[in-house]
Amino acid sequence: MTTEVPQSLIDEVLTAVGSTPDRLLQILVGLQSRLDYLPPALISRLAARLGIARARVEGVAGFYSFLHLAPAGRYRVRFSDNIVDRMLGSEALSEAMCARLGVRPGELSEDGRVMISTTSCTGMGDQGPALLVNDRAIGRLDPQRVSEICDLILHDTPLAAWPPELFAIDDNIRRADALLTSHLAPGSALAAAMALGREGWLAQVQASRLRGRGGAGFTTAVKWLACRDAPGERKVVVCNADEGEPGTFKDRVLLHRHAELVFEGMTLAAWATGAREGFLYLRGEYAWLRPRLEAVLAARRAAGLLGAGILGATGFDFDIAIHLGAGAYVCGEETSLLESLEGKRGTPRIRPPFPVTHGYLGHPTVVNNVETLAKTCLIARDGGAAFAASGTAQSAGTKLLSISGDCARPGVYEYPFGVSIQQVLDDCGAVDVLAVQVGGASGVTIAPYEFHRRIAFEDVPSAGAFMVFDSSRDIFEVARNFVHFFAHESCGFCTPCRVGTALLKGYMDKLADGHGALQDLADIDWLDRLLKNASHCGLGSSAPNPVVDTLLKFRPAYERRIQHADFQPAFDLDGALARAREMTGRDDAGAHLDSGTGVIR
Amino acid sequence: MSGTFLLDGQPVPFEPGQTILEAARAAGRYIPHLCWHPDFPPHGSCKLCIVKVAGRHVSGCAMPAKEGWEVESDTPEMNGERRALLQMLFVEGNHFCPSCEKSGDCQLQALAYDLEMLTPRFDHFFPDRPVDASHPEVLLDFNRCIYCELCVRASRDKDGKSVFALTNRGIHKHLVVNAESGRLADTDFAADDMAANICPVGVILHKRVGFAVAIGERTYDRAPIHEVAMRPEAASDD
Ligand SMILES: Cc1cc2nc3c(=O)[nH]c(=O)nc-3n(C[C@H](O)[C@H](O)[C@H](O)COP(=O)(O)O)c2cc1C
Ligand code: SF4
Ligand code: SF4
Ligand code: FES
Repeated sequence: MTTEVPQSLIDEVLTAVGSTPDRLLQILVGLQSRLDYLPPALISRLAARLGIARARVEGVAGFYSFLHLAPAGRYRVRFSDNIVDRMLGSEALSEAMCARLGVRPGELSEDGRVMISTTSCTGMGDQGPALLVNDRAIGRLDPQRVSEICDLILHDTPLAAWPPELFAIDDNIRRADALLTSHLAPGSALAAAMALGREGWLAQVQASRLRGRGGAGFTTAVKWLACRDAPGERKVVVCNADEGEPGTFKDRVLLHRHAELVFEGMTLAAWATGAREGFLYLRGEYAWLRPRLEAVLAARRAAGLLGAGILGATGFDFDIAIHLGAGAYVCGEETSLLESLEGKRGTPRIRPPFPVTHGYLGHPTVVNNVETLAKTCLIARDGGAAFAASGTAQSAGTKLLSISGDCARPGVYEYPFGVSIQQVLDDCGAVDVLAVQVGGASGVTIAPYEFHRRIAFEDVPSAGAFMVFDSSRDIFEVARNFVHFFAHESCGFCTPCRVGTALLKGYMDKLADGHGALQDLADIDWLDRLLKNASHCGLGSSAPNPVVDTLLKFRPAYERRIQHADFQPAFDLDGALARAREMTGRDDAGAHLDSGTGVIR
Repeated sequence: MSGTFLLDGQPVPFEPGQTILEAARAAGRYIPHLCWHPDFPPHGSCKLCIVKVAGRHVSGCAMPAKEGWEVESDTPEMNGERRALLQMLFVEGNHFCPSCEKSGDCQLQALAYDLEMLTPRFDHFFPDRPVDASHPEVLLDFNRCIYCELCVRASRDKDGKSVFALTNRGIHKHLVVNAESGRLADTDFAADDMAANICPVGVILHKRVGFAVAIGERTYDRAPIHEVAMRPEAASDD
């Protein structure tokens, strides 16, 4: 592996993505994809070229999981480590691949060829187990496909020459409602909104009662108005396509199948707010979607739907650039996303001020979810009142659900808000259900006695994930998987989340290892409260949700693991002596510690 | 909009834009803090300044005061959360106070005394963090870092150097210095930089001044932090 990076390569990347410090992340992503890793000398040269401190470049590169400061292989294989992938057998497949390629998980092979590791949910729960190899996604893994991948790696076949069939991704749309059946011609929603004038269009958005589909459920019209009315000429529209919530993949399907609607929605937001700049922040896991999306953008520019004087309206200038993330769930939080867009570490900002007044580079900015923006096309076509006619009192319209786990038909389902959980379970073919995780790792764990509850902001809100667990599953392991996820994804900015998620992980592992004591459950309760109360952003404050819910609704799953009523150290003293016993050939009572007290018997 | 809010039942006046912590200080009332510093904008990472407003927990250093708010700070509940945050900071690093040059002058230690943190409660992480002794005048002992970023901010915004930055994330987050070698000696860092004199704990230490003031006679040995932090000279020094 050479550490001498040709100047021409740096120039090529800087020319392609820009050479100002706010492009830093995009530059690093570009270099990573061409070089396999970012050697120290490159970091120094890049810093000098951009005129910024080297430490800053190192700091940014170190934040994102998909950027490597040390050699990580020409093939970087990452198995999606969501609980749903695990249930489908990802661990055994990963072990098989490691064995075949002669590497240990997370370690670079001796020939520098390959590294096999895990990553947070890759958004393929409907066709798992899934993995990423460099910036491509592969789903529906089975022993045969894994063996095929191993052959290709062992033959040093470049990714571009791998059989395209391996990379085929299904949309798996199982239930289509207003949005997924809309068949809008590109530009038609925009033309309808422009005919209303900017004020008239905003009035329709208001009448629609549309609320954000990204999680918080903020009223979209209020956000748009606040941005429009904020001081400052330069306004920005950002589409949040970070979709990092484990078990969520509906934005993937929208971007794959209905990118026109998403971009048209962004343009509708620009019409409302007066924005001229738009960004699609696309999670690194979906980098494979980028060429298609760029093609759609190019076609829209050619059709006069983007650029200067959109649809012939002088003064309506708006264009969209795609920015890639690089493996950081927290960048879905809107202020982290803005930091990341500015080329920085994805650390959430202090709020207030909020993005609508101080967003991208300090300018008033609307940040909306992919689905929210797509929905605005329906409002433009049918009017606000028609949109508000479906759904419930506080939740107008439909919701896309990403359904995965133990069910016959995983995929994307579009329902009017208000559908009951039982109805959804019946439709997707789930039987003998133990629990449903609605809204992803940060959502709620629903037990059977609650299956009559409804998906709606006023009952069970959801950013879209719907993971089903049948009675063969261990709900404690589900919660433990989510706790590991949050610890891995904590940005580390604030004390409660940085340390609290790591501590929580330690307690859950201690219970899993059979060293748990009742006191640990009290400590877990206390950590949960602290995370919820004191965290700086929604990641930390929702990190304890799966534990809080499962402790409340499935307490026996925890108590089963507790052998000691009082304190039990995480460290097994007697176990630590096993090797000494082996070496001395002793196994009598005197060679054992009473593991409860640490006293020699 | 200026006005008045209630801090633990006592009225505190505030100016437009003032945060809860700033207004409280101006009124002679102490709210604990570690990452906040009078010479810098609020940072909001340590969360020691946590207060309760209308049932919500917010960062006193970052939240603008509002008319009529009832703010709870010096209560068993808030101090209990602060103690837990201190415990977290202690167990994630390696803090062996008796052998630390900063002992008695350390804000983390002083707050732990002040808030009566008696045990670490949680298991220690015992992280493996290096010491950088390369610089002729200053030693870096990363074992004690609490990530307040005061050195990062001071070096970047006051010294104009950007000697420090954070890298990695989560529990693996750590400081790096601005040199390909990773050594402080290879940066333009100087002992009279603001960044060299701002660390609230014992990471950035001047060499050869070891134990010039005897333990027992140091800043927080003589007065508790809730008094020291409110002295006028504290406004420009730690
Ligand atoms: C840790 C965290 C991750 C988030 N991830 C996403 C995401 O991937 N996509 C998204 O649209 N919103 C995400 N959000 C919510 C955003 O902060 C923001 O509320 C949303 O993008 C606003 O769009 P909406 O009003 O259209 O829902 C996340 C929030 C948090 C706290
Ligand atoms: S809560 Fe977690 S993710 Fe959010 S700022 Fe704090 S450390 Fe970062
Ligand atoms: S070295 Fe000191 S000043 Fe710098 S971040 Fe760590 S604790 Fe704060
Ligand atoms: S002093 Fe407010 S968060 Fe540190």
